[in-house]
Order: sequence, then C-alpha cells, then structure tokens
Amino acid sequence: MAVTEAPRIVTSRIEHADSHTLARYLATGGYEALRKALRMTPEAVAAEVDAASLLGRGGAGFPAGRKWAMLRKDPVTYLVVNGDESEPATFKDHLLVERDPHQLIEGVLIAAYALQVTQAFIYLRGEFALGLERVTQALNEAYDHGAAGSDIFGSGFSVDVVVHPGAGAYICGEETALLESLEGKRGFPRIKPPYFPAAIGLYGQPTVVNNVETMSNLPWIVTHGGAAFAALGQGRSTGTRLFALSGHVHNPGTFELEMVKTTFRDLIYDEQLGGGIRGGNELKAFIPGGVSAPWFGPEQVDLPLGQDEVGAAGSMLGSGSIVVMDSSTCAVRAAWRITRFFARESCGQCTPCREGSGWLERVLHRIEHGQGREADLDLLLDVSDNIAPGLGWPPQQTTICVLGSSIPSSIHSGIQMFRDEFLLHVKEGGCPHA
Amino acid sequence: MPDGAPGASPATSAGAAEVEAAVHFVLDGAPATARPGELLISAAERVGTFIPRFCYHPRMKPVGMCRMCLVEVSGPRGATLQPACYVPVAEGMEVVTDSAKVKKAQDGVLEFLLVNHPLDCPVCDKGGECPLQDQTLAYGPGESRFVEEKRHFAKPIPISELVLLDRERCIQCARCTRFAEEVAGEAQIDFAGRGDQVEVAVFPSQPFSSYFSGNTVQICPVGALTATPYRFAARPWDLDQVESTCTTCSVGCRVAVQSSANRLTRILGIDSDPVNHGWLCDKGRFVFESVNGTEGAEPGDPGGQGRLLEPMVRRDGVLQPVSWAEALAAAAAGIGAARDAGGPEAVGVLGGARSTNEGAYAWARVAKGVIGTDSVDAQLGDGLPADLVLSLPRATIDDACAADVVVVLAGDLREELPVLYLRLREAVREGGVQLVELAPRATPLTPDATVSIPVRPGEAPVVVRALAGEPGAVGELALHPEGLTASEERLAAARDLLGAGGARVVVVVGRPSLAEHPGIPAEAARLLAERWPEARFLPALRRGNVMGALDMGLAPGLLPGRVTSSAGADWFAERWGSVPAAPGLDATGILASLAGEGEAAHQVKALVLLGSDPLVDFPDRQLAERAFGVADFVVAVAGHLTESVRRADVVLPAAVAHERPGTTTNIEGRVTRLGQKLVAPGHAWPDWTIAVELAAALGVDLGLTSLAQVRSEIARWAPAYRAITQDLVESTHFGEGRVVPLSDTGGSVARVRPTDPIANPGVQSAEQQGAPPRVGLADMAFGVPEHSGDAGGSGAPGDAAAPLPLGGRPVAVAEVHVVPPNSYSLRLASTRRLYDSGSAVASSPSLAPLVGGVVAAANPYDLDRLGVRTGDPVRIRATRATIIVTAKADAGVPRGVVVVEFNLPDGPDGPGGPNVAATLIDAGASVTDVRLESV
Amino acid sequence: MSHLGTDVLDRARQLIALYPEPRSALIPVCHLAQEQDGWLRPEAMEEIAELLGVTPAEVRGTATFYDMLHTEPVGTYLVAVCTNIACLLAGAGELLEHAESSLGVAVGETTPDGSITLEEAECLADCDRPPCVQVNHRYVGAQSAESFDSLVADLRAGRLGDTIPSHGTLVRVRRNGGLRADRAAVAAERAAVAEQQAARAAAQQAQQGGPS
Ligand SMILES: Cc1cc2nc3c(=O)[nH]c(=O)nc-3n(C[C@H](O)[C@H](O)[C@H](O)COP(=O)(O)O)c2cc1C
Ligand code: SF4
Ligand code: FES
Repeated sequence: MAVTEAPRIVTSRIEHADSHTLARYLATGGYEALRKALRMTPEAVAAEVDAASLLGRGGAGFPAGRKWAMLRKDPVTYLVVNGDESEPATFKDHLLVERDPHQLIEGVLIAAYALQVTQAFIYLRGEFALGLERVTQALNEAYDHGAAGSDIFGSGFSVDVVVHPGAGAYICGEETALLESLEGKRGFPRIKPPYFPAAIGLYGQPTVVNNVETMSNLPWIVTHGGAAFAALGQGRSTGTRLFALSGHVHNPGTFELEMVKTTFRDLIYDEQLGGGIRGGNELKAFIPGGVSAPWFGPEQVDLPLGQDEVGAAGSMLGSGSIVVMDSSTCAVRAAWRITRFFARESCGQCTPCREGSGWLERVLHRIEHGQGREADLDLLLDVSDNIAPGLGWPPQQTTICVLGSSIPSSIHSGIQMFRDEFLLHVKEGGCPHA
Repeated sequence: MPDGAPGASPATSAGAAEVEAAVHFVLDGAPATARPGELLISAAERVGTFIPRFCYHPRMKPVGMCRMCLVEVSGPRGATLQPACYVPVAEGMEVVTDSAKVKKAQDGVLEFLLVNHPLDCPVCDKGGECPLQDQTLAYGPGESRFVEEKRHFAKPIPISELVLLDRERCIQCARCTRFAEEVAGEAQIDFAGRGDQVEVAVFPSQPFSSYFSGNTVQICPVGALTATPYRFAARPWDLDQVESTCTTCSVGCRVAVQSSANRLTRILGIDSDPVNHGWLCDKGRFVFESVNGTEGAEPGDPGGQGRLLEPMVRRDGVLQPVSWAEALAAAAAGIGAARDAGGPEAVGVLGGARSTNEGAYAWARVAKGVIGTDSVDAQLGDGLPADLVLSLPRATIDDACAADVVVVLAGDLREELPVLYLRLREAVREGGVQLVELAPRATPLTPDATVSIPVRPGEAPVVVRALAGEPGAVGELALHPEGLTASEERLAAARDLLGAGGARVVVVVGRPSLAEHPGIPAEAARLLAERWPEARFLPALRRGNVMGALDMGLAPGLLPGRVTSSAGADWFAERWGSVPAAPGLDATGILASLAGEGEAAHQVKALVLLGSDPLVDFPDRQLAERAFGVADFVVAVAGHLTESVRRADVVLPAAVAHERPGTTTNIEGRVTRLGQKLVAPGHAWPDWTIAVELAAALGVDLGLTSLAQVRSEIARWAPAYRAITQDLVESTHFGEGRVVPLSDTGGSVARVRPTDPIANPGVQSAEQQGAPPRVGLADMAFGVPEHSGDAGGSGAPGDAAAPLPLGGRPVAVAEVHVVPPNSYSLRLASTRRLYDSGSAVASSPSLAPLVGGVVAAANPYDLDRLGVRTGDPVRIRATRATIIVTAKADAGVPRGVVVVEFNLPDGPDGPGGPNVAATLIDAGASVTDVRLESV
Repeated sequence: MSHLGTDVLDRARQLIALYPEPRSALIPVCHLAQEQDGWLRPEAMEEIAELLGVTPAEVRGTATFYDMLHTEPVGTYLVAVCTNIACLLAGAGELLEHAESSLGVAVGETTPDGSITLEEAECLADCDRPPCVQVNHRYVGAQSAESFDSLVADLRAGRLGDTIPSHGTLVRVRRNGGLRADRAAVAAERAAVAEQQAARAAAQQAQQGGPS
C-alpha cells in the first residue's frame, strides 16, 4: 500500500494558495501548539519530542530529542535552523519555507522554549529569495501577533528570531560551516571534536542546529503528543517524512509519506506519487538520499523508505531526495556531474577534498569525452580511496567534514554497477549515449 | 591560550609543565607520556617520533587543514585517522603512526598537494630547503599519477613592497593568513575564493604593510611567499649560516644569519623560547642590506649612506683616507689636546649602543680608565637615567607574559620593540594578562588593554600618584585645561588591578615621548617601584645593545657590571689604574657643555662618537648643531657615513653587526652570542680593537689582544657578569643565552629547542633539511665562580671586595619641574616609528622607501577648533622653530596634545630635514609646548 | 561622503544590531551593498569592513567564498541555469548550450548591453521543475529553449519588473524593527532557569543515588 492513512504532518496546509499567511495559519490551528507548549514545562516539551523519536531531517538522521537532551546538561545558548538546502536534488525545505513559513516559525519557537534559548537564527540559502521574503514577513506577523519576541503570549518567555540569508555555498549546509557563515566568515567546517555545535557552537556557545523540516514537525508533535508521532512509521524511523523525487519519473515532486511503510518502488511507480519511469523506460539506477549517497540499482527498489533499512543496504536516506535514472542515462556523465558539483563546492580546507575532487572530475571528464584509459578506473578508485579510505559505507575519511568522504559515492557506485559502460567509453573513445 | 583548550600552545614555556601530572598514552606500541593538553604531534616529537606536517606551526593555533599529519587514533568507534596536530593526547590513547593505512593517507595527501603544484623547484627560492620537497622525498609517492592540466595563476605578484606571492605554489596551509590575523593582528592578507581556487589575497588597494610580513615568508612551507630583498639572492646550498642575535633593537631576537660570497643574503628568526618564538620584525629581517652597502661611501658625496672603508683625517677641511696609524695618532692628539686644555672631563663620549658588550667594555675602560672622563653616554637623550634603569628590580619577557598585570609606560611598542609587542599581545589575548596602558596616544595594544589611561607629556608621575591613591593627585591632573584624560573610575580600575604590593605586576618602562624630559618617566617609574615594591620592571630602551652598553658602564656615574662609580671606585681603580674622580655629564649635558650652555658650559671641548649620529638622532637638533659648530675636535668611530661623521675630524671605520663576534645584552639582561658571518669591508675593525689601539696611541697598554681576553676580563671584573665566562659563551648550549646577574647557586642551561625545519624552513643548513629535528639535548649545568674571581687574571688581585651590582631598589631621580599647561598651546609628544630616517633604514634599499612622511596628529577636537582637517597644512610654532606639516585628526591623541613623530622627514624639500620633530624639541626643557595654527 | 547611501547604511546598522557580534552581518550587509551597486565595489567593501570592525581583505576574502557575492561587475539580470543531476537528466546541458549561443556569451560572461550575466548554477532546490532557471534568484520554472528566449526578451524589455526586481533586492520584505526581547531581563530569566535546571538535575541525581 503506497500512500498510507497517515495524517499529513508538515504539508497539511500547502494546498491552499494563501498557506503562507498568518490568517490561513490561524484558521488552521496555528500557534495553538505554541500556546500549549508554553503551558508545559520546557522539560515536558522536550520529553514529547524525545518520545516522538523525531530523526533529524537534514541528512544525518540524528534523533532531535537526544540532541537536545545532550545539551540540556549545559544550558543551550543558541538555536540555529538549517535552511541551507543545497544537497543536489533536495527541495523539500524549499516547499516548507515558501508555503508554510508560520509552521516553521512555530516549530522554532517551541524548540526555543524547550531549550530555553533567547536567540534563534533561521539560516536560509541565499537563492531562496522568495522564501526569505515569506519567512521574514511571517516573522513580522508572528511578532505582531505576540507569538515571538518579548513575553510570548504573556507567558514570560522571550525569544528573538533572526532570519539570516546565505550567499551561495553548498558547504554552509554542514552545520559547523553554517555556524562559521553565520559568524560572517567563509564557510570552513570546524573540526569535530571538539567543535560539536552542542559543546562549542555559535560564538563558542552551546548551540542546537536542526533542519527546517525537523522544526516544522514540532507543532504537530506538541499538539498530538510524541506517542502519536512515534506510532507512525516503524522502528527508529517514526512519523512521516518529505521525499523529494526527481529525475526520470512522470511526476516529480515532494511527497509526505509515512516512514518505512512505503518502498522506493511505491514512490517511483505509484500513480499518486512518481507515476512511473518517463517514456516507459527501464529503471537503470536511483540515488536514495541526495548525491552524497551511494546509488542503488533495480534490485533495491523494494527497500522500504526507512533510515536503518537503507543504511543496512549500503547507502543512506540522507536528505530524503531520490533521483531516478532511466536506461538512457550515461553513468559516466552522471558521476562526472556529481563529482564536478563536489569539486565546485569543496570549501578548500582539506588537501584530499580540495585537490582530489578536481582531479577526479577531470579524469571523469576525460573518460566521458573519449580521452580515457583503462587504468583510469583503478586510478579513480585509488584516488577515491585516499579521500575515503576503504571505500566502505559509512565512509571513513581523511578530511574534516563528510563532503570530502562523500565524493567517492557516485564514482564508486558508478564503476561498481556499470564498469562495462565505463570501459565502453574508453574503448569507443567517447560516450555511447551521445 | 587557555590550558587544555583545543589548540593550547604546545610551546608554552617548559619547566612548569614538567612537574604537572603527565598523561600516559601508547605510541606505536610503546608507552609514552605527554603534558596535559599537549597536542599529539608535539608529544610524539618529544619522544622522537616525527609526524609529517604542513599547516601545523608550533607557535600558532592548529587548524588541522592540510591533513598531512593523519595518524590512527583509537577511539570509541575503533581506530580512525585523526590529525595529530589537532588532537590533544588523552589518558590511555592508543596511537599508531606507522601503519599501512597511515602511510597510504600520507602518501595520498602528498600526491594531492602536488596535483596543482607547479613543481618549478629549479627556479624556486625555496628549492633545497622546502618542506614540501623534503617531505615528499621522505613520505611521498614515487611519482604523481596526475596528468591533467594544473591550475594557473599569474606568476608572482607583489603583495607589498617586500613580499611577492606565487599562488600556483601555494598549498593553502593558511600559515601566512593565520600569522597575520592571529599573531600580528593585522589581517591584511586573507584567503579568497573557494575549493581549489582558494588563494591568498590582499585587498587591491591595501598592501600587506605589516611590520611583520617577513615572518610569513619564513614560515611558508613552499615557495609561494618570497621576499624581494632575497629573491634569487642565493640558492640554499650556497648559503652558510651562523647563529646570532638581532641588534636592530634591544629585544634580542635570535637569528640565523646567512651569507654567500661575503655578502649577507638573508636573516631568519630562530625560535628562542624566552624571546622571539621565531618571529622577527621586517626591520630586523631586512636591515642587513645596510651592511652590504659599500657603495656611495665617498665622503664628498652628501647623499651617500654607504659603509666606511678606510680611516680618514680632515685635512684642509676635507676628510682624506689615511692609514690606521695616522688616524689613531690624530685621534690621540686631538683627545690629548682637549685633555691638556680642560682636564679629562673635556672629552665627552657619545654612543656605544651599537657595540658588542666586549666593545662597550673596552670603550668604557678607555674612556673612564685611560682618558679619565665620566662624561660618557650610550643613550642619546632618548633613554632613561642609566642608574635608575639598572637599579629597578628587573623582569624578563617571560615574567611579563606570565604576569597578572602588565603596566606599559612607554611609547608604541609595535614601533619601538616590535617582537616584544607580539609577545605581549599574545600574553594579553591568550594568556590572561591584564594590561594597563599609560601612553601619550592610543597604540595597537590599546584595544586589548584592560585599562588605558592617556598620559599627556609631563603627567606621568602625577598619574602614578593618582594610581597610588594619593590625595590631591587626581585634582592636580584635573587642573589641565582639558581635564582628566581618563575618568576617575578608570583610574580606580587600574588601582584595583595593581593591588597592594604589586606582586605579579610587571612594568614596561620606556620613553613615552622624546619631547619630554627623561626625568619625568623616570620619576614615574621610581614612584611605581616605591609604591608597589614587589613589581618588576622591563626597560623599553630600544637601541640595539643599549642594555649591554649601560651594563658595561657607558653612562655617567657607572662602571662595568652594573656598579655605581662610588661603589666601584676602589675595585676598578685597582684594576684599571684609575677611575674618574667626579661624576660626569649625560648626552644632553655633554652637548650643552660643548655649546657653552648650562652649569658645565665649555667644560667639554672634544667629542668621541661611538657609532652615534647626534645631528640626526638627538631629540634636540639645534643643540646638537650648536655643539658641533663649536667642538674643537670630533672623532667618529662608525660603520656608515652619517651626517655627524661628515662633520668629524677623524673617522675610524668600524665593523658592524654580523662582521664581528661578541655578546649582546637585551632588555631583560639576557646575554647572548653575536655571530660573525662576514669579513668587515675595507679596513674596518671591530670596535674593541679600535679602543685598545686608541689606548695604545694614548700611551696605555690595556693588555688585551683577543676577544676572549676581553670577555674573561668582563667575567672577572664586572660584578653582574661574573659567570658569563668564555667557556659558557662558547658552549653549544648557550643558544638562548643567560640572564644576568646569575643567581649565586649557578644554574643549568635549558635544553636547546631543536630547530624545526618544517616550522622555520631554511634555518638549518641545507644538508639537514628534511631530517627530523634533533630532540633532547642534555642539559648542561654550570656554577657561578665562588669569588668574582681574580684567579688567573692578569689584572692582579687587590684587597677591595667586589662591589655589589645595582638592582632591587630604585635610586633617586633628579627632580624635574613641569610647567603647568595652558589653554592656548598644545603639549608636544614625539613618539618613535620603526622605519625612520636613521642610517640603518636609509642605507637598506628595500626599507628606505617605507619611511613615511611626518604629520602633526592631534585630537579632532583640537583641529576642529582651528578649522583644520586631515590633510591640511598646519603651522607648528615652538620657541625654537616654526614648521609647517600636514595635519591628521586622530581620536587616539588626547586633547591638548599634538604628536609629531620622531626622526621622520617632511618630504624632499621640507624645511625640517630628515628629522622634523628634532627641530622643535628643547632638550633642556621639561616639556615642549607649541602653538598650532591653520595656514 | 560615504559610498554606501544613507538608507543602505541605516539598514546595515539595523542588521548589525540583530547579532551578538557585528561580523555576523557580513553576508546580509554585502547583499545590501549589491542591492545598491549590483556588485561589491571596492569602496563598498572598505566601508563594510569599517562597519564590521574587520579588514577589507577579510571582507573581500569572505565574500569571494560565496557564489552570490560578486567582486566583479555583473549584468542587471543574473540568469542562472542549473545543470546539476536532476536538471541534467532533463536536458539542462542542452539548455545551457542554447543559452550560450542565443545570448552570445559564455557562462560567467555578461551580454554586451549589460543586461544579462549567464551563470551555470549548482542545484537550486527546484528539481521537480527541471531544467531549473533562476533570474536574480527568483524561480522562473522549467525552461525549454523557446521559453528561455522569450524569457530573455521579456527581461530585456523590462516586462518582468514586478516579479523580478533588479538584482540585489534579495528581500523586499524588511524586518519590522530590531530585537524585541529585553536583553537584561532575558539574561536574568535565563540565569534563573539555569539555576532551576541545576537544582532539578541535582535532585534527580540524588534520587538516582549520587554520581556514578
Ligand atoms: C556537506 C553537508 C551539507 C549539508 N547540507 C545540509 C542542508 O542543506 N540542510 C540541512 O538541514 N542539513 C545539512 N547537512 C546536515 C547538517 O550538518 C546537520 O546534520 C543538520 O542540519 C542537523 O539538523 P537535523 O538534526 O535536524 O537533521 C549537511 C551536512 C553536510 C556534511
Ligand atoms: S572535506 Fe572538503 S568541504 Fe569538508 S572541510 Fe574538507 S575541504 Fe572543506
Ligand atoms: S593537518 Fe595537521 S599539520 Fe596540517
């Protein structure tokens, strides 16, 4: 059963054309969750989130409740919302910030209360011009409505929220790079340990970083309770999740689906969802969780959309974005384009990532354009191995952040799954798909 | 840097750390220990395991960027590759540095580094001493598998007058940018771009003008940053090197001096733990050019700043080359004639701060023991009373950096003692030192000061009394027409910091302004010492070896070894034959006497200049002019042709820094070795030889025929120096020197820090490049001779007991009456600049263009009142002179004060010549008041 | 006499006031400067440095890390074509080639009339409408070769002024006022909460039988 009876948690409002306005938000129960939270103790709110087993939706999938609990030993100083959404083929936060900014803000306010922070930042990628407008507008309305700022709804709790624009750099989605960027610096990720944001975050203070979608789930969790959320999904993967489907399907888009209860096959082929492969072509491969993830082939299409299930199969659900490639796709070209992305977006700190990404990209480009040699395949793998030793999953790394160790994913997958196609490029002196 | 924090400096002074609890870990299967908080890379190195690295520099915070130092570290999730430069050793940690996995990672990083590196080693300045080249040989892959097109940038681009940048060679280690931001505090260079386009960049209109820019060239692990003064000057394997101490100022930075074919090619900083941490200022680094400058020394050439090669005697009004014998005879005759006419005190001796300790001692003996004059002064009116300086309880630089509170009563330390500035800046920012600044204008330290109290000329003693809580002192300060410069709360905050007795307080005391009588800051220092008896002092006197010269007695009222004339009279009379009977004059007194002014008018008739240039360098140019105008006879011992040398009757050419061995003494009293790298040009001699030969010409045989003899005479006869023996100085363990006086129990020479070829490439000789540094030299113990030891000496023992050196209790300071300020004049302050009209800079072609023009800096309020804006010409009217210079509004200058920096030119045709400020200053007055007028 | 206009300076100061440390406002203030000039002129960077208490080299160095901050002049409209994986699969490579030839400029270049700078973008998070194009960071939906050409014609004719403001205008909606929460009150409140938390934690620990 593809689409379960599970309620829509974060996309309940988006059918309305005015879903971004305060009026619509209030008309659909907006800010009631915040009022309810303010009547609870901060610990009780956090306990609900913990009970919900809400996994972070930014990519790493760390339970939000546990992250917060780690911090409450040390009073948290800042809450930072990660809306940098730049992982290729990921476009779910785009929907949430443009179409339901109040839900995001209410989530932020609830989290701020649970964590007892007095300043929160919403970092949105700079290319979200409309999203920045919508969130700023919503924030103005929230302040005017008494939901943000001083003495929220007369509760005595105060928090300021600042919307911060990025300026175009994928790496700023990595949480410590994001903090650097928020401090007005170039987005160089920090070395962990010791710079776990929880311990040493923004301005050196304990900081919680959570994704936009993670935050957007909070009003529902507070309203319906953590247990109701945990009742959805299965195992560690609870609740619903936004899946961003793109590539060679009839009907690309963002779908909110109950975790684990749905499979990749459902997502790709169900009429209400992806609607099947474009042009009736065969499925060649798909990327299950953003371009940092290793690829899957048709054999894995029946895997459920669950974090642990995908992890056990050697990849990750990551940012929840699925790219479908049909039989017309050139695997070399796809791997090259993804590698070029990493080469362009490497921050440049670590030698292996900075130099390795460009090197790999140039070799792939050569192969795609008929200048490859057979030995290049081993070269690609060995250079990759120098960035992510062992080429296993989850990857080991010689780099500071996992951007570096993600570079080999598509190369390793491509060569493993389509070695013959790579060799054909070498033998035929060019791309057989061209 | 907070202890134990990530990035805690591994270089914090040893000793204390040794006694702390050790952290136990396992390194390649063997048990090892580390200091708490110590980084793995340095802990491993201490026990003999060298981990390759590029971005890590022991004197900066780690960034873990280059990934060269990856090793396997055991953790909760098994062994992972971790950067050894970033991970502090933890109890029980298991570390593997030599596994196949580690080797592959290191191999991989090196291969990656070479991907975009041009491999133009044959034409690269760094070739032969390049950490990239060396570590590639030691740890890298045999060959690169990279066959693609490399990244291209325009080849070297200038990023300042002194530094060139080749971005293709850059490996993005961020050593230079971190140095600029973290150490120098001047982020004029920064990374630009992203990914493999990351480059080091300046802002287009703002060059990398930091005084410390040369350090980035030194620590660059590839040939990306090169210095114009030694680009292509030599290949490393042509160089040979001696260790020495920089005497450009008196901080005493340790240096490696390198030459090729008897020309200096390069000076590099050596990492001396108590002093410079490897850093140098650009003046110290590049001023070696002046030593090479043998051009333009023609006496007839008025613009020449070159070296003096031959003795000269004035004949028919013109200086003419003669033999040494003739020149010495002429000098002796002139001196003899003056002495015959007016007694020994008819001879005044100015200078000596450029000498070695041995040279200073020999000249002190000639002046005081042979000629018999006490009118001797190594300071040129820009210092403090010598007996006071020697009498204050002394602090070391490390003491200051480990103090709770540092009081700076001086000018701008970045301009005067640049590397002391770096040390203090770090101590304040990372070490928790609280800074109380008492300066005539805001300085680069001001933003980091806990309390900053602007002190107008003349006010220092009253400010100190106010800090001591003396009733009425605040009221006195408030009498100024502009009122207090700092609120009473700020004064109270400073008082709180100083505490009751001054324990753990160090005072850096110098000359805040040259337009103020030295007795004023001296009195302030004395008061500080009196009211806070536990406070210790670090003198901020800046001339190269001024401390050595004072220690050797080149000042009125002093004899060698920090002994006053009265205390040491018998001791030295016995050894030298005689000592001056009466106290002599200081530099101002000597010049005034020559000029026929003051109480001792006309007493001095002849002048001996020891490397000094009073016409340019003395604060009161007109007094110097008057004195030179009437002097009967002037002998100049000098390395360079200066204005004063041009006016001399006899010129004796001297070897300068790097041309003669010896020792020098820094502001702490640290005695270190000076190395000789060059043969002095022409017929120049070391100054101790000149002194001995002049004595002979005057009919006295000093019995000194070698440097070793001079040194052992100092060790035997100069009390504070009694353990600085020839053996100790010549031992290989003497690198970081010793602070005098040594304690009676003797001591041990600390382990010499091994030279780290990756931190400071080029410092070792070419053969040693790439080898892991030597670790763990044994300590060497030594004792202080029981008696100040006449044993075996030539100067026959007598009955007199060795006098006690000064130190511990301040001597009195002659009172200076300060005229009260009025509301229509401004009080002149004259501070120092690093690059000035002095002969060293002027004769260094790379530095000479960096000398800025003079401006009159005043508070915007004072300029507004005149309707004058920045850039406008403004007239300064003093009793002495009236000049017109460019005005500059500067909120860092307190109201009622105008700053005209010392020894700066006012443009090629300006009325003031090379040192405008000196035309305004009246050395006889307590302060100099001037009127400012719009033009 | 400052290069940045008074309005920009006012807004810059308001932005700076939103952050605990001035440097945090670097990106937003650079966006403001671009709103005025279209790109980051050196004069603007010098003034931003002054406002934030950093060096001009740091402003420029930081700005050059970010694709949206331009230290060289750009056209009135930045037309960005995404060629990342999802768009690539939908023909973005071909669309970009078309754009280059129809505009007569290569990626990164500006048309001679100064109206359009063509950029090749990384994923713009609009992958269900591929190939994705943004003009001045506003989504204009999936584009074909033909629709691209008419888009360009509309831009040049100024027909899209309402939906696509000339570049730099990142946020047409401004924040109303600055921070509202009273810092001192908040600090006191926080201290109290921290104390309560500590007390509760201590009590809990006591219950559990002391520290392990
Ligand atoms: C290279 C890189 C890019 C990332 N990009 C994003 C992003 O765009 N948005 C996001 O929320 N998290 C991103 N992350 C994950 C964050 O580092 C972090 O885990 C997340 O924001 C935490 O929020 P969550 O726990 O709510 O998921 C990225 C991580 C890496 C390594
Ligand atoms: S792995 Fe790449 S992106 Fe991550 S810190 Fe290193 S260089 Fe930057
Ligand atoms: S990462 Fe450790 S030396 Fe560079």
